[in-house]
Amino acid sequence: MSNIIVLPLIIPIITAVILVFLREHIMLQRVISFLTMVFISIISFVLLEVVQTEGIIKIDFSGWLPPFGILFVADSFSLLLVLTASIVTAICLLYAFSTIGEHHEKMFFYPFVLFLIAGVNGSFLTGDIFNLFVCFEVMLLASYVLVALGGEKVQLRESLKYVVINVVASWMFLVALAYLYGTVKTLNMAHIAERVAEVGQDPMLTTVAILFLVVFSLKAGLLLFFWLPGSYSVPPTAVQALFAALLTKVGIYALFRTFTLMFPLNPEVTHTLIGIMAGVTLIAGCMGALSGRDIYTIATYNVIIGVGFILIGLAVGTEEAISGAIYYLIHDIIAKALLFLIVGMMVYLTGETVVKKMSGLIRNYPLFGWIYFLVMLALTGIPPFSGFVGKVLIGIGAIEGENFILLGIGFASSIIVLYSLLRIFLASFFGETIISLEDEKKIPKGALSSFVLLAIIIVFIGVGAESMSGYIDNATRTLMNPSIYIEAILKGGQ
Amino acid sequence: MKINDVILKTVVKGVVFIILTLGVYLFFSGHNAPGGGFIGGLVLGSGIVLLYLTYDIETIHRKMPFDFKKVAAFGVLLATGTAIGSLYFEAPFLTQTDGYFTLPILGEKHLSTVTIFEAGVALTVVGTLVTIILSISEDE
Repeated sequence: MSNIIVLPLIIPIITAVILVFLREHIMLQRVISFLTMVFISIISFVLLEVVQTEGIIKIDFSGWLPPFGILFVADSFSLLLVLTASIVTAICLLYAFSTIGEHHEKMFFYPFVLFLIAGVNGSFLTGDIFNLFVCFEVMLLASYVLVALGGEKVQLRESLKYVVINVVASWMFLVALAYLYGTVKTLNMAHIAERVAEVGQDPMLTTVAILFLVVFSLKAGLLLFFWLPGSYSVPPTAVQALFAALLTKVGIYALFRTFTLMFPLNPEVTHTLIGIMAGVTLIAGCMGALSGRDIYTIATYNVIIGVGFILIGLAVGTEEAISGAIYYLIHDIIAKALLFLIVGMMVYLTGETVVKKMSGLIRNYPLFGWIYFLVMLALTGIPPFSGFVGKVLIGIGAIEGENFILLGIGFASSIIVLYSLLRIFLASFFGETIISLEDEKKIPKGALSSFVLLAIIIVFIGVGAESMSGYIDNATRTLMNPSIYIEAILKGGQ
Repeated sequence: MKINDVILKTVVKGVVFIILTLGVYLFFSGHNAPGGGFIGGLVLGSGIVLLYLTYDIETIHRKMPFDFKKVAAFGVLLATGTAIGSLYFEAPFLTQTDGYFTLPILGEKHLSTVTIFEAGVALTVVGTLVTIILSISEDE
């Protein structure tokens, strides 16, 4: 039964490999890759339901019991993210079908998207920190290809930077792993948590924890985000949306796991540091979003603001704040995907990237315009859309934790988000239209349906927040009480 | 102008067999001793690359008409296939099994499913290595 946990990793890999043999059959590739993602979404939902009734489940690969073997662990937090990531990938694929172009499709675009999602799902599910490194690498290798695929000059320039920064980060990850293994002599996350709790988190272990903080911050775009705006604005739109939705979130997931499960004992140092970093990230992200003239810059800096905001939740660390962060994490995956898809479509329709050169899009494409309006409200956190619950809960948490500076910065950033996106809305969607009826390009049906689906999900998360609260509470409980996780892994038996 | 490489060609004809044999030996000696799919694959791949270097791409491609990208893909398929094969037997993912079998001529031998997995790894390594070298050598 518990073998099912491994399916979100292994099915995309096998499908991707099969697609390599079907290189010339583009229709077949589209159908198979889409069905795969739908199937994985269903599986992760089923698993989520199972975890609600039976508690955390795990699978020890080839029967090696922890702490010796590698294992996959499914708790509510991981599964919520796997589910969201799989759904968003399916929808981004829907967008890609009508926009990506035959050239990409024949150059193994779909297999690499599937490898990417395999790495992402693997990172969410693994219970072994070295295996986390491996899954990170699977995800990153696929993302290197996706950044560079297309071979334009600007893509090569940005992908070179992206590869170098990530190779350095991965090297640091390995060094941190070596230090960790040298100090606690284990790589199983639950076992690490147990041993750290036994010996207490002395300065040596805190240093290791800070090294992990640096590594995951590089991946998540927390403070160390200098590489992000460039490399996220060059690939094709569907890839941008996937990156914005998923890649930084894996880093955030890793930060949550590390600092709630493994190193939660010295919050004066680690959590304060995360708080400072989150605050600075928010301020810098807001500056970037305000100063941006083209829509790609504004959108990528909005990703950074999102990262900062979610990590306020971790820095504050109360139960409300953590569950708010989970809500906001799920919301951010969906809303950022939609934002990037819309931005890419605006560029496709007008051929411009500068905000001021576009005008009056809403006259030509009313539905498209209003969906942009909806995602803007959602990202600002206006009820009844998806960002609201997360923002309120993080706010309540920050008040409880008496962290008023972060509270202030966090909510001020919401206003900046609203301003930066509203500027696009007023300049590009309102006003005199620049597209005459003859030149009007049609929005492809696949793309439009992907906007509508994501918009429906955003409204659903906002209105139906109550229906999700059971899952979120369960996830929060596990994050707040690491002993639940540790016991499920180490004392659960087979 | 064509350079005279008669010595290289003659030496390679002999050496390539030694390299390929070493590759196969390393592949089979893995599991319990140093060696295995990855190292065996690397050695096999370097043997093939040596052939490509000595003769030209077209000649070798006539004799070995494989698309090495597909060789790599097939290798991954083989490896992941054995990994999820265990799901069919209700055993945990990646479970392996082995046993001692008496074969004609060879006598009693230790056979295990890991070898299939390792064969997948070896094919992946060969495919990837040759693809990398061939793409670097392409010149427009």
